[in-house]
Amino acid sequence: MDKRERQAIIRNFSIIAHIDHGKSTLADRILEKTGALSEREMQDQFLDKMDLERERGITIKLQSVRLPYKAKDGKEYILNLIDTPGHVDFTYEVSRSLQACEGALLVVDASQGVEAQTLANVYLALENDLEIIPVINKIDLPSADPERVKKEVEDVIGLDASDAVLASAKAGIGIEEILEQVVEKVPAPEGDPDAPLRALIFDSVYDPYKGVIIYMRVVDGTIKKGMRMRMMATEKEYDITEVGAFAPHPVIMNELSAGEVGFVVANIKNVRDTRVGDTITDANNPADEPLPGYRRINPMVFCGLYPVESSEYDDLREALEKLELNDASLTYEPETSTALGFGFRCGFLGLLHMEIIQERIEREFGIPLITTAPSVVYKVYQTDGKVLEIENPTLMPEMQKIERVEEPYVKASIMVPNDYVGTVMEICQNKRGNYLDMNYLDTNRVTLTYELPLAEIVYDFFDQLKSSTKGYASFDYELIGYKASNLVKMDILLNGEVVDALSFIVHRDRAYQRGRALTEKLRKLIPRQMFEVPIQAAIGNKVIARETISAMRKNVLAKCYGGDISRKRKLLEKQKEGKKRMKAVGSVEVPQEAFMAVLKIDDSK
Amino acid sequence: MAPQAVYIHVPFCTHKCHYCDFTAYTVGGQPVDDYVSALDKEMALTVADTPPGIIRSIFIGGGTPTVLTPKQMERLLASVRRHFPNWDENIEFTIEANPGTTSPELLRVMREGGINRISFGAQTFRPDLLERIGRVHGVEEIKRGVELARQAGFANLSLDLMFGLPTQTVDDMETTLKEAVALAPEHFSCYSLKVEEGTLFYHLQERKELPLPSEEAELAMYQLTRSYLAEQGYAQYEVSNFAKPGRESRHNRTYWLNEEYYGLGTGAHGYVRKRRHANIKGVKEYIQRLQDNQLPIQESYQVTHEEEMENFMILGLRLMEGVSREKFSCLYGMELEQAFGQVLTPLMNKGLLERSGDRYRLTEKGLIFGNEVFADFIGGIEL
Repeated sequence: MDKRERQAIIRNFSIIAHIDHGKSTLADRILEKTGALSEREMQDQFLDKMDLERERGITIKLQSVRLPYKAKDGKEYILNLIDTPGHVDFTYEVSRSLQACEGALLVVDASQGVEAQTLANVYLALENDLEIIPVINKIDLPSADPERVKKEVEDVIGLDASDAVLASAKAGIGIEEILEQVVEKVPAPEGDPDAPLRALIFDSVYDPYKGVIIYMRVVDGTIKKGMRMRMMATEKEYDITEVGAFAPHPVIMNELSAGEVGFVVANIKNVRDTRVGDTITDANNPADEPLPGYRRINPMVFCGLYPVESSEYDDLREALEKLELNDASLTYEPETSTALGFGFRCGFLGLLHMEIIQERIEREFGIPLITTAPSVVYKVYQTDGKVLEIENPTLMPEMQKIERVEEPYVKASIMVPNDYVGTVMEICQNKRGNYLDMNYLDTNRVTLTYELPLAEIVYDFFDQLKSSTKGYASFDYELIGYKASNLVKMDILLNGEVVDALSFIVHRDRAYQRGRALTEKLRKLIPRQMFEVPIQAAIGNKVIARETISAMRKNVLAKCYGGDISRKRKLLEKQKEGKKRMKAVGSVEVPQEAFMAVLKIDDSK
Repeated sequence: MAPQAVYIHVPFCTHKCHYCDFTAYTVGGQPVDDYVSALDKEMALTVADTPPGIIRSIFIGGGTPTVLTPKQMERLLASVRRHFPNWDENIEFTIEANPGTTSPELLRVMREGGINRISFGAQTFRPDLLERIGRVHGVEEIKRGVELARQAGFANLSLDLMFGLPTQTVDDMETTLKEAVALAPEHFSCYSLKVEEGTLFYHLQERKELPLPSEEAELAMYQLTRSYLAEQGYAQYEVSNFAKPGRESRHNRTYWLNEEYYGLGTGAHGYVRKRRHANIKGVKEYIQRLQDNQLPIQESYQVTHEEEMENFMILGLRLMEGVSREKFSCLYGMELEQAFGQVLTPLMNKGLLERSGDRYRLTEKGLIFGNEVFADFIGGIEL
């Protein structure tokens, strides 16, 4: 079969779905149906590799699978299923993997209908001119209402849903029809197999034996072993040692030509050299233009990570080094806190990304962490004309030196049932939101659009949104730039000393309220000490709130039960364990949660 | 060297008190005779394993050992004498007793069997408080018990008192102390109530129906106890123990000095040849095991060198005299500061610990924050 014939039987597609709407299960069924996996290998949700992903039911690291499929028309097709991460933090990655496809399955839960996240990804798919095949999933559930959901897909998204597949991935219903529609409706890839090579990088992973494995889609030309390749954005060059595809196990191939999806190995030591969205070309016969859409992604949320045991600093650095190998969007820099000692200021794409990294460090590397409250990057315009980018509240200059401060804003779309519109508007108002728009999707559902400071979203916005709408609200946001705000730095003093790790930046109008709430919260979180501990919140030198932790009066062990020393020891060991989870800040023992306390303040009170 | 102290547990009571989580069963219908036989067997097996040398203290605790009949008591004491025959001439042989359980007949048997010290569970001299904590005796029975013991020739008596009881006030405690001192025992043990899981008090506390005194009040009761007893000639020699000169409990000191002891009976703990063990708790199971000629050990472990050093500190510091540096280096072959330097200095800086000459001991402040001090020694060795 020549390259053009092969191109005609290729179908590249991905799956767009809201969390929990059954994407992973559907992917598994497709693998099963095409016979890509043997019965024995048919482990649930093959595409989601990491434990964490499985626990949270979301995909973090995308992958692609090459599947042979014999369609009803009697022809053999090659289907490439490209998985996408399903969270707002990873929107850029999603857009790149969608760009590698010609079609997408839009999976919508037959009971819950369209959600904000789905909508955001559908728009991304439409921007990339993808053929979208609606799939109404979970039709076997008693609460399923496929007709309503079909109508919603038509009304809300504007897609023709008359051919929508009614499916249940769990029960194995509708899988074949989905594959048939992929073959029929998704166009074969265009692109010139004889033109100079252009391949789109949509992901990479680090393998300790082979180095970086690049996942890419060949758009024009052919990529093969032995070729000297060049990354057009980073201008790095490497000799290709392996070309292949995942089926789903890696299969080495001679070459991949226009339209095909697969992997490339080239002794690359750092994932940072293989940026998502970059174009691979042939160094000896380079293309004139890279593929469109490449963008450098910058971390948006920062926090300090400190080992609980200061002796584990080096272990923490090693853990970050290892994670960085596989995660080009994670950044870290050494940082020192007077309260917490040596640690790292880390940058993340968003809150979920941050939580995932923290959990992986604690779980996979076994390093207990103290995390400071997350911060965004503030632009500080000084009176002397200098502009600083501040990602750590501690580094905020004195008020007298500041001309103005700007903070990042996002445009947030919140999809919510009618009944909760008031509640959601109140939350947005409390979070310093500016109302932009309100759209009725149907008689029951509304999309609210607000402009919100990113910093407010980083604080417990999502939790509040979910809890006050019984989980019905879904939301998505995009960064829209910086705006000036009346912001001040709030310091927290324990026993008269400023605890740098507790400082945070807050809007002046909220400062009193938040200072009071935080000192109260800390009083509850910090256990009594052998002496009285005052907690103060201050802006500059002005104390705006104060609480006192009363002193512990005594702590003595009672009777020794007939020589039962081990019982006594157990009690003391427990006490010691409790102490271990504390960080000594000056003479005060502070529990780890205290450093995140600022996040848990309810502004509505 | 073989242990010089013996602990024997008698797990029977006339009934269970509201705060008690010891191994104790109400005596009615219990196989007490079989239990006494089983104890004899355990003693035999134990001394066959580790033959005793000279015994300096024996402590029969409970439960309420004095719920045994004179006959059962006689058998028990005969077993003790048979299996642990070599007694120091100044042996301290204590039995715990509840007021109201010591008949002249029983006291006579105890005396003849070698017991020379009685520790009475008086707890408080306020009738309403006695009832509230589930004691079955009244104040009169405490007085009567002491009187009978004196008549029977017991020259060494101790009273257990409790403070921090529900609704108890500092004034209540003062009354109790006055009445207790009026009985002129040689020794006092004063414990604060600790609400243990699985007790009636625990359930009441869970339901917020246990009106415990405030921490301040409890502390005031402790300080009152210390000052009043000192005034009355009872020197504090341990966190919870007070005695007339020369009447400190030798058996208790065994524990605080981290020395070894045999532990016999249900739920008893022993420390023999550097192994600590706990016996099984159930009476029937205990008896069965001994009828099968097996030691009734539930669990045991070898104490590591480090743990031994830690125990030396956390137990020894409970004594007012503190711990001896010389003894430490003699026992463990290194300086105390070498083992615990990282712990000692901060504790001294916080004013919880002081050094004078050869000894480290708790300060006044350290005494009321004892747990803070002891916990630091756990895992505190850095060599």
